[in-house]
Amino acid sequence: MNFFHLTFLALALVFVALGLRSKKQAWKYARWTLISLAALVVLSPFAWLLAAIFKDRSVLNEYVFFPPLGKWGATMNLNNFRDLFQGRPSLRGTVFFWDYFLNSTIYATVTTTAQILFSSMAGFALAKYEFRGKTALTLFMLGSMMIPGVLLLAPLYKMVVDLGLVDSLAGLILPSMVSAYGIFLFRQACISVPNEMIDAARLDGCSEFGIYFRVVMPLVRPMAAAFCLVAFLSHWNGFFAPNIFLHSQDKLTLPVVLNLYLSEYRRNQGVFLAGTALAMLPPAALFLALQKEFISGLTSGAVKG
Amino acid sequence: MATATAFRPPKPRTKGIGPYLFLSPYLLVTAFFFLFPFFNALTLAFYQTNGPRSRIFVGFENFRFLLTDRTFHTALKNTTLYAIVSVFVQLPLSMGLALLLNSGSKRIRGIFRLIFFSPNLVGQILVGMIFSVLLLPRYGLVNRASQAILHWGLEINWLGDANFIMPAIILVSLWLWVGFNMVYFLAALQTVDKSLEEAARVDGANPWQVFWHVTLPSMRHVVVFVVIMSIIGSYQLFELPLTLLNESNGLGTDNAGLTLITYLNYMAFRSGDLGLGSAVGWVVALIIFTISLIQIRLTRAAED
Repeated sequence: MNFFHLTFLALALVFVALGLRSKKQAWKYARWTLISLAALVVLSPFAWLLAAIFKDRSVLNEYVFFPPLGKWGATMNLNNFRDLFQGRPSLRGTVFFWDYFLNSTIYATVTTTAQILFSSMAGFALAKYEFRGKTALTLFMLGSMMIPGVLLLAPLYKMVVDLGLVDSLAGLILPSMVSAYGIFLFRQACISVPNEMIDAARLDGCSEFGIYFRVVMPLVRPMAAAFCLVAFLSHWNGFFAPNIFLHSQDKLTLPVVLNLYLSEYRRNQGVFLAGTALAMLPPAALFLALQKEFISGLTSGAVKG
Repeated sequence: MATATAFRPPKPRTKGIGPYLFLSPYLLVTAFFFLFPFFNALTLAFYQTNGPRSRIFVGFENFRFLLTDRTFHTALKNTTLYAIVSVFVQLPLSMGLALLLNSGSKRIRGIFRLIFFSPNLVGQILVGMIFSVLLLPRYGLVNRASQAILHWGLEINWLGDANFIMPAIILVSLWLWVGFNMVYFLAALQTVDKSLEEAARVDGANPWQVFWHVTLPSMRHVVVFVVIMSIIGSYQLFELPLTLLNESNGLGTDNAGLTLITYLNYMAFRSGDLGLGSAVGWVVALIIFTISLIQIRLTRAAED
């Protein structure tokens, strides 16, 4: 018998007691208890991480989460971050942790911006124009979503080498400037824009690009926000392609570097955990900002389809 | 004339090269960085290469090698096991969680949805890094919790013992993906016609029957979508084992954590045989394509 068993026992007793009074209430209680327990399981690694990055390496395993408040002075410090931020010598001069942060930011931001712009343009064209080859192109776009990206990685790598773009962010960004998934989402969103609005804008002398930019884009903004997050997340956290395409220490992105730190700091885990925690912040901030649009946008494609 | 056109329903019209201009960035990038490598991948699989620059035509030799390579079979077995668990354990858990959350006020639902989705913000590499510490024998949070609750598992070497490597990967994947799929199921549950469920209930159906015969069929499009997405994702499992099994370069003791993409990565980008890597890529693509097709056919058949 320990704390956990007593807690479970207490929860079960409450359930039985409620069940004697009203069955409906007991089930409601059971439901929310289960949900809360699941939430606890999901959140505990985050709580653990938050404690681990501030604990001194000597006490990392001594306390599961935070040490008792009275001992914070002796056990909590910023040593992990100090080690993390230390410059490292490399063939291209000293590299700092912020350099990787910058690389990741450039890679994720440029790719996301390009994908939103180009995918929305293509999605708009496929949704609102009649032209030769439209059906074939739509089918091709849907079919290309089924092709796993890794299949193309070997020949793509060869191409990037031939183009002389290997070991540069450009070689990483160029091939991923459009997304079939993005086109699919924007096409779905643009279809629901009323044709009358587009025709009215056209009668008023609005150019075709003006219609796209000033009439349609503002109306599909929720989708743009949702796709923005999906694209940013997948490139910020992207590992496979950056790991293959980038070689020099000063060009690496965060996931690639953190993966290297995993073996480098095997005896001092607090350092790579601190890096991990920092790498989580930008996606979390973007997610909180776009949360509402994200959920509706992410699911609308699937629910409609 | 003017009145005749006015009464015609407005139709999207061709405006010269307009649509092609809007599509041009997509067409350019796709032709260059999708179609070209795609056809290259087709031919590359029939060559033996040594790095990106040298190649020899070997016909079906790469595929024959895969047929006989025990290591490849291990990778195929591990990945398939993972895919099966994803569909039959992870998705039911996601659905269960979605059903639990389906009632309750919108605000509370939103908060829990945010919590359950949060692991997905982290990315597989970072999740793998965190759990490589959480699963350490004696000190890991998972081991300690398991010891406290079940009196079992404190000394389990999840990431070193060949028997526990796949269970560990699956455990982490549950933490990561259950909430993600739940978001889809929850959204779909919101669109299910409540009066149909009510009618079934009035006719004396128990909650399970209502779910199985009314709720599930009316959200089948989303279920099919999520199943296919999970299978596609499962067969591309790579980053989680790579970071979790960092000490053995993602392979695990006795290759117990070897997946198809780990194998591809190893052959193509470490040994430099891009041809063999392409062949593995085609096998993965073929598996995904076949399963998706069967899945879609089965659903069609069930609808008719």
